[in-house]
Amino acid sequence: MVTVRQSAASVAAAVRDPELPVLTLAELGVLRDVREDADGGVTVALTPTYSGCPAIAEMRADLDAALRDAGYEQVRVVTVLSPPWTTDWISETGRAKLLAAGIAPPGPAPRRDGPVPLTLLPTRTAVVPCPHCGSPDTEETSRHSATPCRALRRCRVCREPFEQVKEL
Amino acid sequence: MDQDDDHVYLSLVEGDGDGRWAFGTGFEDPLMGVDPTVPEGVDTSELAALCVELGDDALVAAQRLAEWTTRAPELEEEVALANIGLDLLGQARLLYSRAGQVDGTGRDEDAFAYARGPEEFRNLLLVEQPRGDFAHCVTGLLLHSTWRLALMQRLRTHPDPVLAAVAAKAVPELSYHRDHAAQWVLRLGDGTEESRRRMLAALGKLWPYLGELHAAAPELREEVEDVLRQVLRAATLPEPQATPVTTSGRRGEHGEHLAPLLEELQSVARTHPGATW
Repeated sequence: MVTVRQSAASVAAAVRDPELPVLTLAELGVLRDVREDADGGVTVALTPTYSGCPAIAEMRADLDAALRDAGYEQVRVVTVLSPPWTTDWISETGRAKLLAAGIAPPGPAPRRDGPVPLTLLPTRTAVVPCPHCGSPDTEETSRHSATPCRALRRCRVCREPFEQVKEL
Repeated sequence: MDQDDDHVYLSLVEGDGDGRWAFGTGFEDPLMGVDPTVPEGVDTSELAALCVELGDDALVAAQRLAEWTTRAPELEEEVALANIGLDLLGQARLLYSRAGQVDGTGRDEDAFAYARGPEEFRNLLLVEQPRGDFAHCVTGLLLHSTWRLALMQRLRTHPDPVLAAVAAKAVPELSYHRDHAAQWVLRLGDGTEESRRRMLAALGKLWPYLGELHAAAPELREEVEDVLRQVLRAATLPEPQATPVTTSGRRGEHGEHLAPLLEELQSVARTHPGATW
């Protein structure tokens, strides 16, 4: 019997992030490698966003389920720690999708080669345009929101609150 | 599995049929698939001890931060403290897993977190101090995250690639923690008469533990003090004149507060070993 099945890479790439479901794991940049092994199994290399990101277990389970549904019976999801994920790994498509969903994408991740400088005031100098009206006149209302990776902001022009994926 | 069992966590148990979100029962090894080889020349007992020390600091600090849930001054702050605790908990899991790989015992993260008594913990006294008020919380967070950030930055080039990778992940997280604490020290120190009074009291109480931090890592002293001075100056707070503590949690010399903290943290795991739900 001839069966047509999608490549393991395309199946894995289409799995959505449990916390930011507008993004696929590939667009989020946490999918490091998908390999079809000689024994017919698939090995997926996944990198965590934050050390304590609770979504990683769900990502593993979702990858496992998607690949099994696509006909791959042996699925191994392994962890890759290095190089560490930063928000710079979010793809251009991913950033556009965040914006379309009303979530401001992160700016460039800060480089931390030497001692990390203390940033006391002002809290944030980067311009984060409002994802609703595009105005650059927005303010941070809380650096923490429903998930560790997002901050809360408010637009001073259209008055809408919005979330931003914060630079890591 | 029938329809009634269909709930949000279903996807978590579909994969291999094992339950998760309970103690000792299927939280996957956070280092799964990472090459466990220790490079030649690395002393495994020293490496394991370092991972346990830094894991213990993170676990105990995370537990104290968790105590702020439902007690923080505002909702956003509660979320912030919980998120910071979650980062530290994640670091602890990775560090314990690495310790168990290299110390020859093959213990997993749960064995380190739940199956050791207070006398076996090597966390800093600083992080086991009772919760105190909010000024106490942010002062402790400032001291600990400033020190831990400086240390993790250096550990990014540790000869053990796993510890180096864990440290590299921790640096951006700790930068956020330190900034968050510094912002609050600024607001409280340069705030109202009452907030300033409380900041001074917290500094008086916690500053002596710098002695413990400096003893644990003398090479970080200058950098740590420089950052703390910047924060104090911006917050218009005087540098406390305090006699440094000479005891250290690194030698297992814990105070009376660690045992009750661990008792709470370990209660379910010890009452129901291997429980799933």
